[in-house]
Amino acid sequence: MVSEPTGAPLLEARGIVKSFGKVRALRGADFEVRPQEVVALVGDNGAGKSTLVKTLAGVHPTDGGEILFEGSPVTIRSPLDARALGIETVYQDLALAAELDPASNLFLGREIMRSGPLGRLGFLDKRAMRRQSDEAFERLSVAIQDVDLPVATMSGGQRQGIAVSRAVMWASKVVFMDEPTAALGVVQTRNVLDLIARVKDHGLSVVLISHNMPEVLEVADRIEVLRLGERVAQFRRGDVTMEDIVGAMTGALQQGGGA
Amino acid sequence: MTTQTPPPEALEPEPAAGRAPGWQRFVTGSSAPIGLILVGLILVFSLLEYENFVSVSNGRNITTDAAVLLVLAVGSTFVIVTAGIDLSVGSVLVFSGVVAAKAMEAVGGESVGTLLVGFAAALASGLAWGTLNGFLIAKAKIPALIVTLGTLGMALGAALLITGGVDQRDVPFKLVETVGSGRLFGELPYLVLIAFAVALAGGVVLAATRFGRYTYAIGSNEEGARRAGVAVDRHLIKVYALAGTLAGLAGFLSLARFATTTLGGHSTDNLQAIAAIVIGGTSLFGGIGTMLGTVFGVFIPAVLQNGFVIVGLQPFWQQVAVGAVLIVAVYLDQLRRRSSYQR
Repeated sequence: MVSEPTGAPLLEARGIVKSFGKVRALRGADFEVRPQEVVALVGDNGAGKSTLVKTLAGVHPTDGGEILFEGSPVTIRSPLDARALGIETVYQDLALAAELDPASNLFLGREIMRSGPLGRLGFLDKRAMRRQSDEAFERLSVAIQDVDLPVATMSGGQRQGIAVSRAVMWASKVVFMDEPTAALGVVQTRNVLDLIARVKDHGLSVVLISHNMPEVLEVADRIEVLRLGERVAQFRRGDVTMEDIVGAMTGALQQGGGA
Repeated sequence: MTTQTPPPEALEPEPAAGRAPGWQRFVTGSSAPIGLILVGLILVFSLLEYENFVSVSNGRNITTDAAVLLVLAVGSTFVIVTAGIDLSVGSVLVFSGVVAAKAMEAVGGESVGTLLVGFAAALASGLAWGTLNGFLIAKAKIPALIVTLGTLGMALGAALLITGGVDQRDVPFKLVETVGSGRLFGELPYLVLIAFAVALAGGVVLAATRFGRYTYAIGSNEEGARRAGVAVDRHLIKVYALAGTLAGLAGFLSLARFATTTLGGHSTDNLQAIAAIVIGGTSLFGGIGTMLGTVFGVFIPAVLQNGFVIVGLQPFWQQVAVGAVLIVAVYLDQLRRRSSYQR
């Protein structure tokens, strides 16, 4: 049942500590992703999944511990640091600007400027951004009927698709997805799971936070279980049952190896 | 000049989709309905009092009256699109006018240099108050309503301290004669030209530049913008600094027009600007708004005021009408918010 890592991790977190006031959200959590791998990060509510992802995405700087990227220690203190490493995140709330159109959201913070003096004056090249975002949606088969409308007018599935497209467009190594299917219906969930597979096919690693065990068992190559701010188990797909995962999440099952 | 110059294309942020159903575009942020209301008002007054209302001189009256408010409203549009508010603009206007008057008095004379010193002093005063607002809002995280309510009192109090509470009427005649009441080709008041140039520039910046894009993004989802790597705090400081600087410019224009510091004349400018912006379709909740809408929103009260006087109604009706239009505009804004978030 215990799976020893094979191949060098792309991103590795060791002994991450993070507190919010008196709440110790992470108490020495370990975590790793290998290249072109889908890892599911599971755990009960309050286990620290979202916090761990946010520390690795640079939203919450860590209080302690070590992050290794491609084998060398790195510091990730802001979203820009994570971005520079090729790490992008799809947040649970999606972090989209609802009043802006999809292309503006895809390029938010990374706008394409007009060439020449107009660009230096701060003028946007809307046409180029529009074209590239159309291509990004095309690549991931995200269906947007009217790309000129604000994101606020779109369905939950479309918004999820936009947020995922944004992350994939900019990520060169890892995409974190925090409960990407939590708010979606059956068909839309199917689309997001297919999307995850396509992202992997594009050569990226995906870290998926999810509460949905069948979903996890379907798409994840590996499963890491967090409990009370620590990693308590690692499983490989194929040699794990839903009972094993739930047992590790609740503490009923102890796993010796892994970390 | 007519009452309303044809709006340049660049003022409209995104070209209308063309695919969205008409009713949806009507409710989602286009400034067309407000423009129609303005045209309707102009038509009604034209039918009622053609000879007095439709004339070059009356058009000049309306636009000149609205010019200073338009400059204030351009800056406040940026602020409100970020979901902020700036109550201090009227006081900053007065303060900047006072500083400019004092500076020009100190330099003395009627030369262009003297006027430029006053101009620079007004802009610098506005910039200073605006930067203070922005810093307290973005860095100290004090709500914009409170910060600008505070600086409203501080700026006006400081202006009264400097002048001893007495309007300074010693303004270079050259300024009044040129910027204040001069006309290009004898027809177009410089005041109006300046105001429209500011609105045009503001509209282009809001619609076509990264500065404008960040302004919308922050108003739409501040945390999302931050996570996307936008330097939100720095941008907010810039936006309030811009609003302050334009209030400084408005102070200089007001000084030129009235040849006095008008200490007591701007206590409701902030609310007039906010009302105009909201009537123009900009959402107080941020993320939505156009400069063209603001231009319409400034001229609706101005046309009403002028029209009521010409038609012979008591001008006080204007306040009643503008209040009603304001409430309807906010109601429409809430409707469109509700309809877009229902899914």
